Amino acid sequence: MNYRGPYRIRTVDKPMPEILHPEDAIIRVTRSCICGSDLHLYHGMVPDTRVGSTFGHEFTGIVEEVGPLVQKLKVGDQVLVPFNVACGKCNFCKQGLFGNCHESNPMATAVGGIFGYSHTAGGYDGGQAEYVRVPYADVGPTVIPAEMDPDDAVLLTDVVPTGYQAAEMGGIKEGDTVIVFGAGPIGIMAARCAWFFGPARVIIIDHIDYRLEFARNYAKCEAYNFKEMADPVVFLKKLTDWYGADVCIDCVGCEAEGNTLQTFSGRVTLMQAGAATAFQWAINSVKKGGIVSVVGVYGPPFNLAPIGNIVNKGITIRANQASVKRLLPKLIDHVLSGRLSPKELITHRVPLAEVADAYRLFSSKLDNCIKTVLIP
Amino acid sequence: MITQNEDYKNIPGWGMDADPENEPTYPMKNYTGDDHSRINYERAEHQPQDVEILMSNERPAMTRVFGTAVPPSGLSGMIRRYAFQHSEDRYRHWIPLILADRVNVFEGLIADIGTGHLPNFIKERGLAMEWKYNRTGLLKKAATAAVIGVVLVAWIRKKK
Repeated sequence: MNYRGPYRIRTVDKPMPEILHPEDAIIRVTRSCICGSDLHLYHGMVPDTRVGSTFGHEFTGIVEEVGPLVQKLKVGDQVLVPFNVACGKCNFCKQGLFGNCHESNPMATAVGGIFGYSHTAGGYDGGQAEYVRVPYADVGPTVIPAEMDPDDAVLLTDVVPTGYQAAEMGGIKEGDTVIVFGAGPIGIMAARCAWFFGPARVIIIDHIDYRLEFARNYAKCEAYNFKEMADPVVFLKKLTDWYGADVCIDCVGCEAEGNTLQTFSGRVTLMQAGAATAFQWAINSVKKGGIVSVVGVYGPPFNLAPIGNIVNKGITIRANQASVKRLLPKLIDHVLSGRLSPKELITHRVPLAEVADAYRLFSSKLDNCIKTVLIP
Repeated sequence: MITQNEDYKNIPGWGMDADPENEPTYPMKNYTGDDHSRINYERAEHQPQDVEILMSNERPAMTRVFGTAVPPSGLSGMIRRYAFQHSEDRYRHWIPLILADRVNVFEGLIADIGTGHLPNFIKERGLAMEWKYNRTGLLKKAATAAVIGVVLVAWIRKKK
C-alpha cells in the first residue's frame, strides 16, 4: 500500500524491510485492517503524511526474522502487533503507558510511535503490506494463543483495546448512564466494553443508520441518529432525565459531522485540527462532575472546545492512545472465554492488491461496511 | 530532579494527604514515581542513522529507534526542515508541514511521470466502489463538479 496524496493510494513493490536495530523483527503480515483513524491519513488531515508512506497499524503476522537482541520471539511465531511502538524501558512504558513511549518517535513529543501513521507518529511504514519492520520486538508483539481465531487476534491490536480503554477511562460505576459518540468500530467496541464496568444504560449516537443498527445488535445498547434530532444535546439531556450522562465517550475525533461551524473551520478550511463536534457534545451532554473520555483522533495544533463549560461543570477529561500491551492479558481472556467476539465486526475481506477500493469502501461507508480486513 | 527548595519535605503538612490512587490516569497508570527521575532511565541501543530524520526541537536527542519510511527531499523536504526548527506548540511547525504534504503530492506526480508511470486516478481513488455501490451519488458529484467547472470557465472568459 502506497499513499500518493489525499484520497489516492495504490499498491507498489517496495524493498523488503530490514533489521535496522538489534531489537527489531521482520513480520510477514497475514492480516491487516483499515482503521477509522487511517481515514484521517487518507483524507490528508494528519500533518507530515508523506507521499510514499505505507499505512496500517492493525496487523498480525508470522515472525520472519529477528534481530540479535530479541529473546522472546522466534522465527515462525504467529503474533499480533499492538499499534504502539513501545520501548518497555522509559518511565511511561514502565508505568503502563505504552501508548506514550518516549523512545519511539523523534518527530513529536506529544505522541509515541505508531506503525504506519505519518511521520508525526514516528515515520514507520505500516502493516498494510506483505512485510513490516517491528522495532522493540520483545515488548509489543504477542504470540497469538493457539485456540484464538486469527480474525479476533487482528482486532486485538487496536479496536478492542481502544474501545475497552475508552470505557475504562470513563470510570464507569455500577448503575451509570454512558453515552458513546460515534458508531464506527471503536465506538461500537466502546459501547460493548462499557458493559464490563456495570452501567445501567449505554447509549450510542451516530448519523449512519446501518451502523446504529449494528451497534444496537452487537453492543446491546440504545442507538439514536443525531440527524433526526433538532438539538442532540437537548435530546440527550431529556433522555437522561434532564440530568446528563454520568460518562460521555468521544469515539469520533476530527472528522465529525453535525455542527456547521465546526465542520467548516475544522474539515473544510483546516483552521482547527478537525471538527470537535463530538467532543463539544460530550462536554455539554455529561452531568456536572461527570467524566468525558476521549479516544477519537484529533490533529496536533488545537480545537475549538467549550472550556468554560468544562470548568463550570467540574468535568474530568480522560484521554489517551490505548495502552494495548497493558490491556492484552485481560482482553485475550475476555475473547477466549467467549465474553467478547471482536471478529463479528468484520464485514469485508479484501486482497491487499485492491487496497484503493477497500479504502474507498470504508471511507464512503458503502455496502454497509463496518470493518475491512486486508489479506496480503 | 533539581528542586529550588531542597528543604521542601520539611514544609509543614508536606505529603500528608498524598494518595497514589487519587491519580487522574488511574487505573491506566501504574504509578511508580519514576517520573521524578525525568529522562534518566535505561535505554536500548541506538539505531544507526543513515538517512535524514527530522527531530522535534522539544527533545534533547534522538529516540533510540525511529522510522525511516520517507526521508525529506525536494521542495517539500525544505519546507519540512523549516517546520522542524519550531516547536510542536507553534503554527510555524504545523502549517508548513501541511503545506509540505500538499507540495509533496505534486512532487509525487512529477516523479511518477518522470519514471514513465501515468497514475490511474480512477483506480487510485477506488472510484469503482462508488460506481458499484453509490452510482447516483457519484453521478451527482460529477454533475456538480461539471457545473462548477462550466460556471468558472464562463466567469473567467467574461472577465477577460
